[in-house]
Amino acid sequence: MTDTTAAALDHSWFHRNRKTITPWLFLLPAILFFTVYVIYPIIQSISLSFYKWDGLGEAEYVGIANYERLANDRAFTVSLVNNLKWLLLYLLAIPAGLFIALFLNQTVRGIRIYKSLFFFPFVISQVVVGLVFTWFYDPNFGLLNGILGSVGLGPINVLGDPALATYGIIAAGLWPQTAYCMILYLTGLNAVDPEQIEAARLDGAKGWRMLWHIIIPQLKPATFIAFVVTIIGALRSFDLISIMTNGGPFGSTRVLSFYMFEKALSEYGFRMGYGAAIAVVLFFIMLFFIAYFLWSMYQDEKGR
Amino acid sequence: MFPTPLERTSRTWQIGYQSLLPVAVIAWLLPLLAVAMFSIKPSGDFTGGDYWSWPSRFAGFENYGRVFTDSPMPRYILNSFMITIPTVIGAVALSCMAGFALGIYRFRFNLLVFFLFIAGNFVPFQILMIPVRDLTIDAGLYNTKLGLVLFHVAFQTGFCTLFMRNFIRALPYELIEAARVEGIKEYQIFWHIVLPLMKPAIAALSVLIFTFIWNDYFWAVVLTQGPQAQPVTAGITSFNAQFGVAYHMLSAGSIVAALPPVLMFFLMQRHFIAGLTLGAVK
Repeated sequence: MTDTTAAALDHSWFHRNRKTITPWLFLLPAILFFTVYVIYPIIQSISLSFYKWDGLGEAEYVGIANYERLANDRAFTVSLVNNLKWLLLYLLAIPAGLFIALFLNQTVRGIRIYKSLFFFPFVISQVVVGLVFTWFYDPNFGLLNGILGSVGLGPINVLGDPALATYGIIAAGLWPQTAYCMILYLTGLNAVDPEQIEAARLDGAKGWRMLWHIIIPQLKPATFIAFVVTIIGALRSFDLISIMTNGGPFGSTRVLSFYMFEKALSEYGFRMGYGAAIAVVLFFIMLFFIAYFLWSMYQDEKGR
Repeated sequence: MFPTPLERTSRTWQIGYQSLLPVAVIAWLLPLLAVAMFSIKPSGDFTGGDYWSWPSRFAGFENYGRVFTDSPMPRYILNSFMITIPTVIGAVALSCMAGFALGIYRFRFNLLVFFLFIAGNFVPFQILMIPVRDLTIDAGLYNTKLGLVLFHVAFQTGFCTLFMRNFIRALPYELIEAARVEGIKEYQIFWHIVLPLMKPAIAALSVLIFTFIWNDYFWAVVLTQGPQAQPVTAGITSFNAQFGVAYHMLSAGSIVAALPPVLMFFLMQRHFIAGLTLGAVK
């Protein structure tokens, strides 16, 4: 066989299979990056959680010892409970966002500026939000105590009180999160079918009944995304805690993501295996939600 | 429209609403306004323990000037740009291709690959932390901007692919079939037909990824240290340590650190919001 016919054959083989090969060629770089930096590290972390490792020497296989220790670790329990508080209270961002969206869904002059200003907190980094709220709560000069003082209350030291600190941080987190949900609902409200509203108005529906029976069902896609991003946001909380309290006072504001970081890269020696075990627990909590999200999306895909 | 348009409500409510708006916005942004006010006060105002009175004089220029002249802040800001911009380009490029593959072609494992990208995008950072840190150290990229960029590109590709794929799915498929009938090669279909139609999606994603990466703190702390490679989110903590209780400087520094994504948002608002709603809420 001459070279030219081989090349022609080669070309035609590619040509015949181009619709099978092309997508994989286009996917290759993304899959490569994603495997190296996301998929494989997940497997590595799970495997590492069965080892004891200081990050330098040999890792020593310890079976499920790391997980057994977690069960008796009070700091771990505190973190887990705090994660639950974050999850539950963070969901308040959804109704709060809807409320503000309804408030702003008018067509008066300058309303676009108002919408942007309400959305503003979401664009600022959590680090800056954390600093802003740390000063807002400051017991000496914070605006909060200024306001409380003017109505004869306080002063309170929100971030210095183990009973209040976590709630103080969650409130700071709710600020940008509410803004995010608001924008989702504002976009959703734009798409609500005006004819249905008019029809319902003629039937005498208004206020709460209208909202509950006509508007909210049509906002379902927005609510779904708001739910997804809020759950993820709650479980990802790290920046605010690190900036505002660094886990304190007395470790009362730790959550799993923060505690993991603290253990793995602790000043008193790296405990990678133990850290990995905490990360695995957090991963499985998240996986529960991820599975639900994917299932919902799958139902959607099938429906098309 | 819901709630009832203002034109159709009573005169009192119309006036009430119009005057409520500015009050509500001020209340909403109060913690931030306080910081903005701090940042233009002269240092003398604070030494007297006088935090809340009106600035005795406008000291904005000297405070903000000092942020740039007396601290490594310009270095941090530059680092942030040098991390953020390559990440945006990388993640958008990879996801345009991946989104094209998943959106246009029907093949086995299509949905599986797609869902893997989505799932990966939602995992907690901590499950990746130790292996990614090790990998970066082994590659000699610890405390380099490139180390951060490579990871960010990989991680953001998950979210971007979700977005791009859904966007491409909504394009008219007949266009691609017509091109194939004309005998146009597959890569040319991508380059000459699909890519030009993706411009709005590319704009939306770029703005959004810019904000996400600029605001990243966790990976900056895990993969870098010191002014050589640290972005401004991580740098601000050392900036704060440097200025201690000089609240006018701390405030000015925070505002400088927060500004680029804010400007981006106000300039590209429409694209930004299109990106945030994941293209799913039309």
